Amino acid sequence: MDKAKQIKQNYKEMVEKASPSSNMGVNCAWAFFVGGTICVIGQIITEVLKTYGYAKDDAAMMTTVILIFIGALLTGLNIYDNIGKYAGAGSIVPITGFSNSVVAPAMEYKKEGYILGMGARMFTVAGPVIVYGVISSVVVGIIYYFFK
Amino acid sequence: MNKHLGKQTIRFDNPPVILASSSIVGPREGEGPLATYFDTIIEDELYGESTWEKAESKLIEKALEKVIEKANKTIDDVKYIISGDLLNQLTASTFGIRNFKVPFIGVYGACSTMAESLSVAAIIVEGGFADYVIASTSSHFCCAEKQFRSPLELGGQRPLTSTWTVTGSGAIFLAESGEGPKITYITTGKIVDFNIKDAMNMGAVMAPAAADTIINHFIDTERDENYYDLIVTGDLGKVGKELLLDILKQYNYDITSKYMDCGIEIFEADKQDTHSGGSGCGCGAVTLAGYILSEMGKGKWKKVLFVATGAMLSQVSLQQGESIPGIAHAVAIEN
Repeated sequence: MDKAKQIKQNYKEMVEKASPSSNMGVNCAWAFFVGGTICVIGQIITEVLKTYGYAKDDAAMMTTVILIFIGALLTGLNIYDNIGKYAGAGSIVPITGFSNSVVAPAMEYKKEGYILGMGARMFTVAGPVIVYGVISSVVVGIIYYFFK
Repeated sequence: MNKHLGKQTIRFDNPPVILASSSIVGPREGEGPLATYFDTIIEDELYGESTWEKAESKLIEKALEKVIEKANKTIDDVKYIISGDLLNQLTASTFGIRNFKVPFIGVYGACSTMAESLSVAAIIVEGGFADYVIASTSSHFCCAEKQFRSPLELGGQRPLTSTWTVTGSGAIFLAESGEGPKITYITTGKIVDFNIKDAMNMGAVMAPAAADTIINHFIDTERDENYYDLIVTGDLGKVGKELLLDILKQYNYDITSKYMDCGIEIFEADKQDTHSGGSGCGCGAVTLAGYILSEMGKGKWKKVLFVATGAMLSQVSLQQGESIPGIAHAVAIEN
C-alpha cells in the first residue's frame, strides 16, 4: 500500500515532532551545580587532609578513595540514583559516578551469587570505561614517549 | 471455516464469557488514579520475597488465586492457563503457576501479552476444547529494568519519551457460558517495523503496529470507530498516542473521542514522574482487569476494543544494530 510506505518514510519526522525533548537549560544547570558541589567537597577533603600534614599527592589520592567510598555508600543507601535523576552527567562524570556504576550492578546481581553474579557482572557498566581508559592511556603514553 | 474474516480476524459465534477478572499492583500503581479499582495493592516491590523475579511470580500466583475465587470456581475446574511475561523463559509465569498443576501454554508478545493470552484462551473456549480457561500476564518494574535497561541503583536520567514499567498482574477467567462481558472478535496483529531503534521511545515503536491492527480490525469486521464506545491501547503513552491518532487520521479514521491508553490512565505522569506513561504487560492487564471491566459492569462502556501493544525489544538484536519490531493484538469485548 502506497500510503503505508509514505507514512513509513515520514515516520522519523513524525516521531521527532511527537517526542518531547528534555529541558537542556535546566539539565545543564543541575549538572553544573551538582558536579561542582561534588568537586568542592573533594577540594575540602583535600585541604583538610593537608592541614593534618599529608603531602599534596597523598592527600589527592586519599580524597579519591574517600569520594569513591561516599559514592558507594550513597548507592547502597538508594540515594545516588535519585541524585542522578536530576544531575545527569553532573553525578556520572565525577569519580563518585564511577563508584556508582560499579556498586549498582554489584547490588543488582548479588542475588545470582558472589562469583557468577556479583563478581562477573560488577563491571558491566564500568568495564568499557576501564578498557578504553587503559587503551587510551597506552596510546597517549606512546605519543608522549616519542614526542616528549 | 467462515469464522475467519478477512486477513487477521476471527469471529466467535458462541462468544466466550468473562466470568471474572483480578488485578494486583505495586505501590506506585497503588498511588495512581486507578488505585480504587485494583483488588490488591502490595506494599513494597519485593512483596516479601528475596528477589524481584520471585516477587513477580508471586504477583501472578496471587492474581490467579484471586480470579478463581472471584469466579466461584476451584483450581480443578481450570483446564488451561495461558500466561506470559517479559522475563527470559517466561520466568514469572512458569514459577508463579508451578504449584497449580494445570496445563500451561506460555505466550510471549512483550507488552501485548494480555490480548494475546486472551485471544488464545478465547479460541480454546469457543472451539469447545475447554469450558474454563484463565488468561493472565504480569510485569515488574525492577525485573524489567534489570533485564532490558540498567541496574536499578545506577544514577542517570530517563528521557521524556521513556515509559515506566508497571508492577502488576492481571488475570481473566473465561468460560463457555455464564454472566459477563463477551469476547466477540479477535484481530491478531502482525509484526510491524517502522525502523525505530530507540529503546527509550517504545510508544514510537508500537504506534504503527497499533494502527495496523485497528485498521485491519475495522476492514475485516466492516466496523469503524463509531461502533465502539471505547478503543483502548495497552501502553503507547503520550508519544505513542499522538502518533497513533496521527496515522489513523491519514487513513481517514478519527478515533480521538473514543480513545484511551492504559499507560496514560494508570499514572499521574506529572506527579509520579513516569514521563510518557506506564508500560509493560501488566499495564494493559491490570487496567483491563481492574478498571475497564469493572466500568463495563457498571454500564459506562458497552462495546470495547482492547488493543494491547508490544515492542519486541531484545538487547541482543538491538546491540547488533537491528530496529525494534512492534506488534498489537485486538480483542473486542462487548456486553
